Amino acid sequence: MSFVIEARGLGKQYGRRWALRDCTLALPAGRVVGLVGPNGAGKTTLLHLTVGLLAPTSGSIRVLGTPPAEGPEQLGRVGFVAQDTPVYARLSVAQHLRMGAWLNPSWDRQIAESRIEKLDLDPRQRAGTLSGGQRAQLALTLAIAKRPECLILDEPVASLDPLARREFLRSLMEVVAAQGMSVVLSSHLIADLERVCDYLVVLAGSRVQVAGEVSELLASHHRLSGARRDASSLPASQEVIEESHTDKQSTFLVRTSDPVHDPAWTVRPVTLDDLVIAYMSRPAACERAHQPQLKVMS
Amino acid sequence: MIEFQLDTTSGVATYLQLVQQVHQALQLGLLEPGDRLPTAQQVVAQLAINPNTVLKAYRDLERQGLVRARPGQGTFITRSLPRTDPAVQSRFLGSMTDWLRSARAAGLGPDDVEAIYRTAFRSCFAEGVA
Repeated sequence: MSFVIEARGLGKQYGRRWALRDCTLALPAGRVVGLVGPNGAGKTTLLHLTVGLLAPTSGSIRVLGTPPAEGPEQLGRVGFVAQDTPVYARLSVAQHLRMGAWLNPSWDRQIAESRIEKLDLDPRQRAGTLSGGQRAQLALTLAIAKRPECLILDEPVASLDPLARREFLRSLMEVVAAQGMSVVLSSHLIADLERVCDYLVVLAGSRVQVAGEVSELLASHHRLSGARRDASSLPASQEVIEESHTDKQSTFLVRTSDPVHDPAWTVRPVTLDDLVIAYMSRPAACERAHQPQLKVMS
Repeated sequence: MIEFQLDTTSGVATYLQLVQQVHQALQLGLLEPGDRLPTAQQVVAQLAINPNTVLKAYRDLERQGLVRARPGQGTFITRSLPRTDPAVQSRFLGSMTDWLRSARAAGLGPDDVEAIYRTAFRSCFAEGVA
């Protein structure tokens, strides 16, 4: 299997703070990878390391088999759309395309022009006067017309309204269907990504919490509820991701590759949303567990 | 040609939803041998989902021997699924209804009944679930 991104012990430190830590990942090629995590989890740091805008403090990263931004040839193989889909406000749509053609040896003029036409953008219009959705579509056009093997997008739909979001993701998926490139896109909302990604990475507290194929993740996680019992009473094959208890009842979100047969449990499937939120809450839960208990004095 | 729908709150993987919808369409006779499934591109344009997901569903159906991909032409239904016999269906509907009435008479509420059903369903079908 070939990998689009391979990171080993990757870390980035700002002063004393680690923005990303111990990141070991192997993202398979030909997928649409969703990178999800709360704000400040390290998503942008990871993507900037991937495109060579940042150098790692520790560990190593390879993109399409070579170090990021190693040379012009490697740069041409990777497309990047930065956060908030930046464009040059004073340049027209047509000037953006001309700039794209000058800067990229592999520029495909036909892809660029047919997309602008399909999107019904006026080539003479200045980018600064485009709507948020149109600006995002223009930025996407620039990134795909260079025909990258791997396309990286940092929070591309965060600032768009729901309709523009759907339209943007639809046109991104149409490009994937037509050109078959690998895609990595980040968001702090799983709802944005669950339709489009087939591989998921959850980042929280500067660390990778879980990574895997979406269909496998959904099939291997279950929510169990039943009479109150302790997590230690569960079989070793069931990894507890999240638990909550009342005086009578216990609810666990577990990961296991075996079917759950214990008749004492009511077993429910988990949605991708439940799963992501459970993994996102893990670092905070670990911290709480390690803090000394405070007694409430009355 | 059928049109796929998506339920994002079900917890069922998208590719499995597509596979199940083809099964249902075959059982209902909406799809027959020779019919073409929508292309990945068409499904992507309609549902805004990942084309790999559509291809994964079609590969799964091909492994089950239900469809065949013809390069450059599309994916075609090769086999029909036996339609569920209406007489059998109505027999089980009848006995299920009797069972539910007696459960209610015994003082069980909708939630109790659902919990019992889920547990029984799981122990019968768990092994066959992907």
